[in-house]
Amino acid sequence: MIPYGSFIFFFLIGIFLLPTIVLGLLGKSSKIYNMLVSIVILAVIFGNSKTGAISIILFTIFQIVLIKGYHHYRKERNNTVVFCMMVVLAILPLVLVKVLPLLGLNHVFGFLGVSYITFKSVQIVIETRDGMMKKQTLPIGELIYFLLFFPTVSSGPIDRWRRFEKDVNKTFSKEEYKELLYLGINSIFRGFLYKFILAFLIYNKILVYLPDHATYIHSPFWANVAYMYTYSFYLFFDFAGYSAFAIGVSYLMGVKTPENFNMPFISKNIKDFWNRWHMSLSFWFRDYVYMRFVFWMTKKKWIKNRYTVSNIGYFLLFFIMGVWHGLEWHFIIYGLYQAALIIGYDYFDRWNRKHKLWPKNKFTHVVSVFITFNFICFGFYIFSGQLFK
Amino acid sequence: MEKQKVYELLAEVCQEDVVVEQPDIDLFEEGLLDSFGIITFLVEVEEKFGISVSITEFTREEWNTPNRIAEQLAERV
Repeated sequence: MIPYGSFIFFFLIGIFLLPTIVLGLLGKSSKIYNMLVSIVILAVIFGNSKTGAISIILFTIFQIVLIKGYHHYRKERNNTVVFCMMVVLAILPLVLVKVLPLLGLNHVFGFLGVSYITFKSVQIVIETRDGMMKKQTLPIGELIYFLLFFPTVSSGPIDRWRRFEKDVNKTFSKEEYKELLYLGINSIFRGFLYKFILAFLIYNKILVYLPDHATYIHSPFWANVAYMYTYSFYLFFDFAGYSAFAIGVSYLMGVKTPENFNMPFISKNIKDFWNRWHMSLSFWFRDYVYMRFVFWMTKKKWIKNRYTVSNIGYFLLFFIMGVWHGLEWHFIIYGLYQAALIIGYDYFDRWNRKHKLWPKNKFTHVVSVFITFNFICFGFYIFSGQLFK
Repeated sequence: MEKQKVYELLAEVCQEDVVVEQPDIDLFEEGLLDSFGIITFLVEVEEKFGISVSITEFTREEWNTPNRIAEQLAERV
């Protein structure tokens, strides 16, 4: 069953989380109950496909062995080659799942959420490398709970282990839980509004007729322009709606899963946009790809110019992000487009600091938001694949 | 380690003197420091003060003001 895809799913969650809510309102910890009930809900989500279920079990065992093994190793030693091997191993299943079908090798592995679990696993390996897990014991039960946390298992938001683990082991007071419950239910209802009303209506009343079947627009050019803006809003409401469900249900379980969206369409530049759109993913790439690469290159001093290093970092980040969306041309070009925008904006920003030709005031702010909005929508137009049809 | 030295280094990285004048200013909310700035700062800290801080250690929640950054660094001397 696809999470948040049907009313039955919400009904099931509602019933299974009743004890969680009661415990929370009594000021008691529901950690053990939540961990047990997660197994049931995971079985509901992955139970329809035998191969999918076996895949996720094998995959989780593999990742746990890797994390625990590296954690153990890192207590005594810290070899860069071992670290790199661990990262490669953690990503390997995801790469195989994506690449094998392209080579004509059909396989039965792969399941919903494989990439999101990989993100979490890689994150723990990297933080272990940085010595952030030294004081931690990484209990297996909690690790599995983190990797397979059912509210976010299919499509995020991508949480961070140290943050997650703190929430899970915290017993909220009655008042604190009431606040969480309120925020959670609020978020779930925002999800209904976004995904089941707005995204649904935009898709079924407008998007399905675009760009080829719009009887009221005769020029293919304008039909595509209409498609571009409509698709952008559809994408936002659909994904922000899903994220609101995932965040809301997490809150009911005492986990403050990070936000994914913060009004992306009012971004004042492309950097601002990536701090507002699919935030848990972009922050993951920022912290674990861009920053690590730039830090490493800056220390090694292989390239003199710091901005060149930064630009290569952006290119890497968005290229990988594009490929991650899928090994199709439109995703890769979407990544390159975003990299070009950010590198271009960086140049402009540095130039403007020197020449001060684009002052900061209300007027330039509105113009900036308007320009950024159009660039964003064109990005989603590439992302939709419509450009290459 | 003197706090003032940390502030001055931050001012150099952010290219704004306001961080020396207002050590409790939120560097991220004000847009004074970004990923690139953090890296520049951490590399400088390693070279000048001999303190190495990993990127994952530098969380934007705990290292958000010049004052707090100086305190975090002082703990690691």
